[in-house]
Amino acid sequence: MTTEAPEEAEAIDNRPAREPFDLGLGNLSDPRVVRAIELIWLEAQLLDDKDYEVWQTLYTEDAKYVIPVEPNVADFESSLNMVYDDARMRHMRVTRLVQGYSMSAVAAARTSRTISRFTVQEITENTVTLRSAQVLVGFKRDKFQMLGADLTHRIKIAGDDARIDLKVIRLVNSDSAVNASGFLL
Amino acid sequence: MTVPTTDRSGGFAGLAADDRVAARLYTDPEIFDWEMEKIFYSTWVWVAHESEIPDAGSFKMAHVGLQPVVVNRDRKGNFNVLLNRCRHRGASVCEVPKGKANGFTCAYHSWSYSLEGNLRGIPYPDGYEGVIEKKDLSLQKLRVESYNGLIFATFKTDIEPLEEFLGDAKIWIDRFMKQGAGFPVKVQGEHKFRFGGNWKIQLENTTDGYHFPIVHRSWMASVDAETADMLSFMTDEKAVTHALGNGHSVAVMVPEHVDLEEDDGSEELQERFRHIIDELSETMPQEQVRRIVRTMHGAGYNLNLFPNLSLSMSFFRVLRPISVNETEIQHMALGLDGGPESVNRERLRIHEHFQGPFGFGTSDDSEAWDRVQRGAVANPDMPILVNRGLGREETVEEGWKTSHVTDETGMRESYAMWKRMMSDDN
Repeated sequence: MTTEAPEEAEAIDNRPAREPFDLGLGNLSDPRVVRAIELIWLEAQLLDDKDYEVWQTLYTEDAKYVIPVEPNVADFESSLNMVYDDARMRHMRVTRLVQGYSMSAVAAARTSRTISRFTVQEITENTVTLRSAQVLVGFKRDKFQMLGADLTHRIKIAGDDARIDLKVIRLVNSDSAVNASGFLL
Repeated sequence: MTVPTTDRSGGFAGLAADDRVAARLYTDPEIFDWEMEKIFYSTWVWVAHESEIPDAGSFKMAHVGLQPVVVNRDRKGNFNVLLNRCRHRGASVCEVPKGKANGFTCAYHSWSYSLEGNLRGIPYPDGYEGVIEKKDLSLQKLRVESYNGLIFATFKTDIEPLEEFLGDAKIWIDRFMKQGAGFPVKVQGEHKFRFGGNWKIQLENTTDGYHFPIVHRSWMASVDAETADMLSFMTDEKAVTHALGNGHSVAVMVPEHVDLEEDDGSEELQERFRHIIDELSETMPQEQVRRIVRTMHGAGYNLNLFPNLSLSMSFFRVLRPISVNETEIQHMALGLDGGPESVNRERLRIHEHFQGPFGFGTSDDSEAWDRVQRGAVANPDMPILVNRGLGREETVEEGWKTSHVTDETGMRESYAMWKRMMSDDN
């Protein structure tokens, strides 16, 4: 019996051609980016320590801290968010979290977060915008909880000073049920 | 130690007295299963606001009890509530939370249904010749009725019309919608969160004025003095709770905002809204500016509609039972459909301040509800007390049992309905 190899079928690929992609290699070693990553990791530590009074000093006066509900929303002001804090709201939030009258804050989970997968979105003369992935593990009353998020930080750099000018936290479950929390992301 | 216990001789209904209920009502899975049957599958359950499905083909996914449904508006403008389950092999026919569609097609074998739920197409139909009739295999349709924009559905064809079920709550629904200040009320977005507790814990909370200054102390401290003053109802004699019948109740926290169309001009507009007042005054007469700004915090009360919706000052609070010890809550922010953009934005900011998983209020409510569930496990026959204010409860001329807003009149009304529906002859 002889067998004939079937003609090799051509794979069907009707996906659009890929856009040329700038690898941007070397960006992560840019001193401004290194400075920004250091700041983001410091912020993570302060948040896990619930040292909110120091935490808010990492932000510029005009900064916004946003947790949107809809995954792709860009106009935060006209949309419903879980958090849309300017300096005034941020300050009130910190007061609430530390003053001891909020039972959810007093009983808040202990948290440990990891932030990685940094990519550089934009570098301008005095700002660095980075995207990253955050995995937060919380522990409270014998239960673990896990929250995943895509973070965007815009860091303002002036000489030796670097501060957060914008933080957008896009939770992977933002438009689904997100459990109430007595801590910050 | 003498512990008052509830009488268990009368079946489920025996677990609820007029002024106390057994903690078992929060913890017993068997009771939960019967509640789905005797309450959620036996009465009118809220599923959507009209503004969520504005056009022909608009739909959203929702639940009646544990059962998934799709709510849509068809080309005739009618609302349909369809069980989200293909008649062939049971797969869901919709997995998109909201959107627009011409109909629904099962992804498994492509059985397709119209917006009305009629089976339109079956691929390779020859295998079904003489076996089935398409007209017999529509998506299961629930009975649907709506009142003032609120859409309710029920599995029962033989219960009273929706309006009869709502009864005196209708007056309060009508007043609630006046916060549109001449514009229709629309849903602007929603928060969803779950807590580790029974659905009735949340049901009670809506008309529980007693917890407010304690649980929400940190929120009170964060708002401006005018807003805090507006909500200082603890010692206000005009702040009352009415039992409205059929499990419905209303807790009035800001008596001067019960009917937002009544304005004698004496109330000063809150200075925190100065930017809005100035902006609106450029194009609107003062009367209209006043009308809009006075509605910014919503109606002056929380209306609890048994079993799953509350019209809560400026938002809808929807509860969805997940299991005996888990409940999902939606907080739907409301705005003015076609109203000034700046007003709707301000309403979003007010909503974010209190509501949602990171709000200054919700997080603390949720923590309290979790704790009720954890504590109720201890001696489940020891009663939960809902007797506050019994000594000062009276019946007002409308026939509503009434007490102070910090009293538990609303909860007693809910549990009276629970008892009626769970009784063995029902």
